[in-house]
Amino acid sequence: MVRHEYASYMTADSTINSPPLLQVRDLRTSFNTAEGKITAVGGVSFDVRHGETLGLVGESGCGKSVSALSIMRLVPNPPRIIESGEILFEGIDLLKISDSEMQSIRGAGIGMIFQEPMSSLNPVLTIGRQITEPLGVHLGLTGAAAENRAAELLEMVGIADSRRRLSDYPHQMSGGQRQRVMIAIALSCEPKLLIADEATTALDVTIQAQILELMKNLTTQFGTALMIITHNLGIIARYADRLNVMYAGKIRESGTAEQVYLNPGHPYTVGLLNSVPRLDRPASDRLDPIEGEIPDPANLPTGCAFRPRCRWATPGCEESEPALEQLGGRQMVACFESASVSDSVEIAHQ
Amino acid sequence: MTILASTNEPKAANDYVGSDSTPLLSVRDLKVHFPLKRGFIVQREVARVRAVDGISFDIRPGETLGLVGESGSGKTTAAKAVIQLNKPGSGSVKFEGQELVGLSTAAMRPIRRKMGMVFQDPYGSLNPRLRAGDIVGEPLKVHGLAGSRDDYRRQVASLLSTVGLSPAMSERYPNEFSGGQRQRLGVARAIAAKPSLLILDEAVSALDVSIQAQILNLLQDLQEQYNLAYLFIAHDLSVVRHISHRVAVMYLGRIVETADSKDLYEQPIHPYTQALLSAVPTPNPIHERSRERIILRGDLPSPLAPPAGCGFSTRCPIATTACSATDPDLRTLAPNKQAACLLADGYGSA
Ligand SMILES: Nc1ncnc2c1ncn2[C@@H]1O[C@H](COP(=O)(O)OP(=O)(O)O)[C@@H](O)[C@H]1O
Ligand SMILES: Nc1ncnc2c1ncn2[C@@H]1O[C@H](COP(=O)(O)OP(=O)(O)O)[C@@H](O)[C@H]1O
Ligand SMILES: [Mg+2]
Ligand SMILES: [Mg+2]
Repeated sequence: MVRHEYASYMTADSTINSPPLLQVRDLRTSFNTAEGKITAVGGVSFDVRHGETLGLVGESGCGKSVSALSIMRLVPNPPRIIESGEILFEGIDLLKISDSEMQSIRGAGIGMIFQEPMSSLNPVLTIGRQITEPLGVHLGLTGAAAENRAAELLEMVGIADSRRRLSDYPHQMSGGQRQRVMIAIALSCEPKLLIADEATTALDVTIQAQILELMKNLTTQFGTALMIITHNLGIIARYADRLNVMYAGKIRESGTAEQVYLNPGHPYTVGLLNSVPRLDRPASDRLDPIEGEIPDPANLPTGCAFRPRCRWATPGCEESEPALEQLGGRQMVACFESASVSDSVEIAHQ
Repeated sequence: MTILASTNEPKAANDYVGSDSTPLLSVRDLKVHFPLKRGFIVQREVARVRAVDGISFDIRPGETLGLVGESGSGKTTAAKAVIQLNKPGSGSVKFEGQELVGLSTAAMRPIRRKMGMVFQDPYGSLNPRLRAGDIVGEPLKVHGLAGSRDDYRRQVASLLSTVGLSPAMSERYPNEFSGGQRQRLGVARAIAAKPSLLILDEAVSALDVSIQAQILNLLQDLQEQYNLAYLFIAHDLSVVRHISHRVAVMYLGRIVETADSKDLYEQPIHPYTQALLSAVPTPNPIHERSRERIILRGDLPSPLAPPAGCGFSTRCPIATTACSATDPDLRTLAPNKQAACLLADGYGSA
């Protein structure tokens, strides 16, 4: 089954000439918990190409953060029990290199921003100290040179009066400003990939828009690839070139934003899109949500994990788990019924 | 905590243009200010948070009023003032024609029965030591609504099935329920005493989209079945549009625009409403790529020191010098449509 997933992935990627920046292959991460073994990420494969924006979307607990933390090698251990697969960044397998080599990839190669900047910023150090520190470690900048660069970076992320703000502490800034500082730090060493994990989820919608536009503009300007992780379907639709839809630790559908949003092939994607009220359509009287709830991660259903909530499920879905297969073009769907799902949704659109 | 009567000159209470049917809830020029005090022995007021600064609205039986605005705009404070959990500094709250401001706690009790409340946090708002059945049945006991032990059990079982839970679950404790199920419990408890008004404060905000859609459908069913009125507070504008008949937009303790839902979303008048709507990304990549957005500058000003003139003038893309001198009243621009903007005169002529 794994081989199949691999093979179809290769077909999808053969259209691209330059090797991807990041290649994640059959990544698995599990935890030992009181309820038993939890497979948070159960065999995930995807690529991030140079300069592109990739979305990772799915409801809470589906394995988005653990996937990102696995790439950064920041999954807490314990309770982590296994991590297998390959994470090739510019051809180097991040699961095989030493801690100090990984340390230099973090920051200079891959930057990451989290939901709560307060927990990533040190409350007792000035903003200036926190920006200049990685400049010293990764770029060898110190003293006035580092200070000047730090002020430039703050200005770049839209913080006015930047030189004076260097001596501020995190608590003296608003949530939006702290997230701007996080972007400045994450981009300070010009990484090739920026991972933003629910980076704007805690912010108000007008501030969310400011931060996302800033992140998109800066990564476009620097040619940085961006991986946006969120449960918000609108954010992915606006900013991502391609996306992966996750459910219960696996990618269930992937493709370009147009493919996945306009012609979804997985019943979970269809269900997500039908669950959200939409400002781009006339108001509807009733939503058509996915029935039921996510399965207990310690006790996943046999066969396809989405089966108990699925309207298209057949007895075959209980016996084996469908692998990601090509639906058309570069769109990949892990569902035995994907052809009829995609047909029926197309009809609904007309 | 002392709540002060406002020293401001009360503005002329807005005559609320609404429909012919008598409102269930009628709020006029409501103010809730929190004093900020300093000093060890003699405390003196150093500033005042104008959390709710003169708002007026009506809710008719069976109707949903959506209250939107960014965090800190005063939505929760307003909701608490309606049920007299926050004693308003000034203004009037009439429920079924009866004035609630100034009523004693004892006099409020029979009225509280008719106003249910559901909060955002399904974890924090349910007593962890009570079984689900007793959580739901508590209002029946408090208000003496169950004739006998059997009657009590029957009513609890019926409430649980009304919200889509199995009556067999009544023996479980809150921590044995998922987030969505806990929110169903919260709804069951809120409707137990057969209220005519439910105040839903970010009641679906923390839920995953598929569960959120299930709860929204449940709320619509209950409204139809029991002719419930809702004060539906949320920051998600697409959810508010979906469930509301009318919408009021708050900014810095004021209502800046209110209209029928369809009207507000199709033809927003206030620049803040326009910016809010424009900030919401929709799950439609084609629509998103071609859509111009209004990106507001800066953060929400502190309600401790609101800007002079119009509260929105510091972030408003079209503000003129007059806007920082004059504080605009909420004016009626068309039947059922009011906005507080000096520049809104063009409405209707376009
Ligand atoms: N440190 C941990 N210990 C045990 N289980 C964890 C840990 N971190 C995450 N998990 C579990 O792994 C699954 C995936 O979590 P996560 O990647 O955080 O989801 P998402 O980011 O998509 O909301 C969930 O079931 C979660 O409970
Ligand atoms: N008990 C209180 N004491 C002082 N300030 C308060 C209190 N409750 C709320 N506030 C302030 O009032 C303003 C409005 O808060 P709130 O009603 O919670 O807004 P919302 O629900 O729209 O996010 C905020 O600035 C908040 O900090
Ligand atoms: Mg996460
Ligand atoms: Mg609130």
